[in-house]
Amino acid sequence: MTSLNTNISTFTAPTATRAPLKIDVGKWLAMIFMIIMAILTLMPFLWVVSTSLRTPVESFSVPPKWIPVDMDFTNYTRVFEEIPFFQQMGNSFFITLSVVFGQLLTASLAGYAFARLQFRGRNVLFWIVMATLMIPGQATIIPVFILISRILHMNDTLWALIIPSIPTAFGTFLLRQYFMQIPNDFEEAAMIDGANQWQIFSKIYLPLASPGLAILAVLTFNGKWNDYFTPLIFMSTKERFPITLGIVDLQGYMGTGSVSVVLAGIVLSTIPVIIIYIFGQRYLTEGLMMGGLKG
Amino acid sequence: MTANVLPSEKKKRSGVAQWLAADTINGIKRQRAILGYLFLAPTIIGLMIFIIGPMLYTIVLSFHKWNIFRPPEFVGLANFNRLVQDGRVWLSFKNTFILVIMTVTLLEVLAFSLALAVHRLAGSRLAMFFRTAYFLPVLLSGASVAVTLGYLFNKDFGVINYYLGLLGVDKIPWLTSSSVVLIAIALTTVWRNLGFSFIIYLGGITSLPTEVLEAAEVDGAQGWRKLVRITLPLLSPTILFATVTDMIKMLQFFDEPFIMTRGGPGDASRTVVMMMYEAGFGNLEFGYGSAIALTLFSVILVVTGFQFVASRRWVFYQ
Repeated sequence: MTSLNTNISTFTAPTATRAPLKIDVGKWLAMIFMIIMAILTLMPFLWVVSTSLRTPVESFSVPPKWIPVDMDFTNYTRVFEEIPFFQQMGNSFFITLSVVFGQLLTASLAGYAFARLQFRGRNVLFWIVMATLMIPGQATIIPVFILISRILHMNDTLWALIIPSIPTAFGTFLLRQYFMQIPNDFEEAAMIDGANQWQIFSKIYLPLASPGLAILAVLTFNGKWNDYFTPLIFMSTKERFPITLGIVDLQGYMGTGSVSVVLAGIVLSTIPVIIIYIFGQRYLTEGLMMGGLKG
Repeated sequence: MTANVLPSEKKKRSGVAQWLAADTINGIKRQRAILGYLFLAPTIIGLMIFIIGPMLYTIVLSFHKWNIFRPPEFVGLANFNRLVQDGRVWLSFKNTFILVIMTVTLLEVLAFSLALAVHRLAGSRLAMFFRTAYFLPVLLSGASVAVTLGYLFNKDFGVINYYLGLLGVDKIPWLTSSSVVLIAIALTTVWRNLGFSFIIYLGGITSLPTEVLEAAEVDGAQGWRKLVRITLPLLSPTILFATVTDMIKMLQFFDEPFIMTRGGPGDASRTVVMMMYEAGFGNLEFGYGSAIALTLFSVILVVTGFQFVASRRWVFYQ
């Protein structure tokens, strides 16, 4: 704080007067920059949607037709014919929701234990959990593959994508932070009212930590739904693919023949995430920002 | 375990019931300690089985030769010797570093400037629109993005070359020339991740203490000077966090190059994780794959260590 104050006092008067015109130029440059970036960000979306509605012949038309003249929805029905689309979407939902549920359950228990319960070895266990935060998925994937395929024999089942993803150091840490913010008074009041330790957790603290639970749920949903690497390693039967693998598979079938069908698949597979975003927008951006603030 | 204690027996309870009694302070303490272990058990056991154990096993495996057909055999540093002499591994590290430098530089500069610009619109509808627009690609899977941008980067039919053509640029073989393929992949990755970094910076800027900024303005600090002397130092924790997070993410580059080019042309866009994938799951050389994974992990650790040191030395905390 002190170093900052001296910094400020070293440059004072000279810049006090500035032509208002110059500020306006800056403002407009910023506006143009934001608009260009928005166009660059949104154009591919527009292209995907409009191309998915084009007839196969027109799908590669150059110059690109941003608004398809005669809309052709057959690309969407083709998706269902080429890959077991509903099955793969169902797999994605089952995998993602199981992992979200499993993470919420285990991480809220562990986060609560770290935040509010005293027992021997708590700090050591906490640092073990924090250390695992630094280990990237790729560093463990070969032993996990051996474990899943040779020992647990879960290869090519949905469980291979669910069970290893449930224990979460990040989620435990996130929820611990939430539980720590809740004042002790609630606990004392509850004990006077005769609540037992489990009730104090489940009836009082868990509901109070629900913003943290929501953040964890939305982040995990987004990450797991979009996962490509792990299913690529574990899955070989098309009927058990999640939709991320299905889309790349679809691209393989279609080759460069009909881009439109592939893009129709992408549109369909993205809808659930968009819906989650609409309802969970606050939590998703808040969760990411919290990471940023933590520094 | 102590549920069947009848009210009449309350005075003379069995050992365990007495030990855990909810009406004594020590009993409650013991209850809470047991609860603590029970609550932690699923997470700790899970992390042991699926992260810590495998991490240790990766280290062990990297000193072994093991493929599907033979039992593992201890070979000392042979895997690492091979790795050092493997030109493709070096190339994959070089590619990965080039990608990291390109994407992280572009990401941080663009995301930071966008966050500054959007912050000035302070909560207006336009700010909401820009925020949502920049964030949308984050929702897509790497697979969908790679497929989509793969089409856009197509040399002959791609939209990007079409518009560049209007500007008088010759058709660029984005995905088929070893000199530009990394640029195409870096741009793809920047497109997908920009919204993520942007949101982190916006969060950082929004949480800046307004008193300091106002005091600076009263003292006459404006424009660049305010940005360089006040805003940047105050935001240094956020900048460091975002940069390191992005670097770690990009060091593990896989989805985009794997889907867009399969590492080609030749090995021009092959990344370290792709080499590991090929060794471990393509050739089923678990030992060699583990050695590559371990080397990458060490690089990531160095980056994390750098963050730790840097945050003590250069980063300004209030």
